[in-house]
Amino acid sequence: MTVKRLLVMSGKGGTGKTTVVASFAALADRPVMADCDVDAPDLHLVLDPDLVSSHIYHGLKVAQVDHELCTLCGTCVSTCRFDAISEDVHVDAIGCEGCGACVLVCPEIAITMAERVTGEVYSSTTRFGPMAHARLRAGEEASGKLVMEVRKLADDMAKETGRTLEIIDGPPGIGCPAISALSGVDALLIVAEPTLSGRQGMERVVGLAQHFNIPAMAVVNRSDLNQVEATTIEQWCRGQDVRVMDRLPYDDAATDAMIAGTTVVEHGEGPLAKALRTLWNDVCVALDNYCQEVKG
Amino acid sequence: MRIAVASGKGGTGKTTVALGLAMVAEAVTLVDCDVEEPDDHIFLGGRGDLVEEVTIPVVRVDETACTLCGECARVCAYGAIAVLKDQVMVVDEMCHGCGACGIVCPVDAIFEERRRIGEVWLRERGGIHLYTGFLDVGQPLATPIITRLKALVGREGLLIYDSPPGTACPVVETVRDADHCILVTEPTPFGLFDLTMAVDMIRELDVPFDVVVNRDRDDFPDMDDYLRAEGIQVLMRIPDSMEIARLYSRGVHFVEEMPEWRERFSDLLVKVIGGGVR
Repeated sequence: MTVKRLLVMSGKGGTGKTTVVASFAALADRPVMADCDVDAPDLHLVLDPDLVSSHIYHGLKVAQVDHELCTLCGTCVSTCRFDAISEDVHVDAIGCEGCGACVLVCPEIAITMAERVTGEVYSSTTRFGPMAHARLRAGEEASGKLVMEVRKLADDMAKETGRTLEIIDGPPGIGCPAISALSGVDALLIVAEPTLSGRQGMERVVGLAQHFNIPAMAVVNRSDLNQVEATTIEQWCRGQDVRVMDRLPYDDAATDAMIAGTTVVEHGEGPLAKALRTLWNDVCVALDNYCQEVKG
Repeated sequence: MRIAVASGKGGTGKTTVALGLAMVAEAVTLVDCDVEEPDDHIFLGGRGDLVEEVTIPVVRVDETACTLCGECARVCAYGAIAVLKDQVMVVDEMCHGCGACGIVCPVDAIFEERRRIGEVWLRERGGIHLYTGFLDVGQPLATPIITRLKALVGREGLLIYDSPPGTACPVVETVRDADHCILVTEPTPFGLFDLTMAVDMIRELDVPFDVVVNRDRDDFPDMDDYLRAEGIQVLMRIPDSMEIARLYSRGVHFVEEMPEWRERFSDLLVKVIGGGVR
């Protein structure tokens, strides 16, 4: 069985990715969920997962100096490209990128690379199916690697449970975590906000999808905020071969459902809930097409 | 003095607060460190002029000298080097330019080139010098651009850093040397959870901080309960207002249209500066 992977991203943060993903989880047939926004994960707040197991993830290592052996020769200080070793040979753990160059040059063999905790990865169950999520330790590097770890876990969950659809909540931005989230997905849904900032954010994500050759759909959320801008965004998308989905309305139900700890489509049948149901149906059809095109 | 504006959750109003402060200051350097999705320039009439291309070192292999011994790939912590049967492959995007491979290469076959990952632009308007970093689309490493931005702007005068969202390395790079940090949040479950992560981070960095609550509404008391329990000061509350949101959507900051807010941002700036330099 091939697994279909749908990623939801936005570029700019706070456009409503998680609200959309949570409702998709409620509407989908036997999905696996993955929250790849590892340094601001929110999906668990509305899917209310029961933790099954967790493991500590060690990403990059960190240099450790044995001051008994260190002669303060300064070779490591001048070697470090990240200015992470002070003149008195103390390692700034935040600046250290774990490359190990200092270990290689230390004449006294006084430096070793120690494991560091990047974050925790969680395997959970929800009322809609299994969920892979994680939490980055405050200020850690390697959030992209942690995202890959969540993606791997979601793949394993799909295999174990015979499920064939992964719904992935992506991180904001276009950098390392976004690229990790994007790798190997079948399609991307971009949740855009009808603002000048939102448009620019979305344009950069479309660029990223094109860079990695991943088919993209876009939906304007809270469209009543600025219908003119919504139209501008949609026209631009069409010009870029991005499939434009029916708009989502501005609706307090988004916040109300979040405060009630549930998804919009479970919370009521207002305008946003209706629009999300339509969106999900349309996304399913498009996703099937994308997957078949690849096969064909 | 250096003021960082960060948030945890994206879209809570970092840019709104950073710009609001900049617009009421007499002379200020505003630094848009959200290099993946910078947007301060949208409110100041454009990105301005190109200052420089940001480059980082990337490894190259002199194939005439290389013996394919594999030492370079063994020491690379980022998996950026693969030694094949007849050549060495470098994945540019994964190379951090650390220099470890060059240290171990027994035949000196490794050298470095500079590789472009983004740009820095400067826009001047009124008393505001806005420096914006742009990460090139497809490039993963945002942090070196933030490091470069900070080197370019120096440490003199009033500096405001507009941070990326989250709590990962680009945020730490932005916030770590600030004298003061403002965390912008919104009173929703998502806003609160991400704020708690941001507070953990900022306490670890030991930067003095307080909070601005944006899109304030009265149906989520958990936010105020948390702030009270943690002894976190709220410096300003911006109401959940369609008028403000509509102005924002057109790229207009409400300080420019609603004079009462000019005064309130001036008060905010005075309060933050009153906290002093670390």
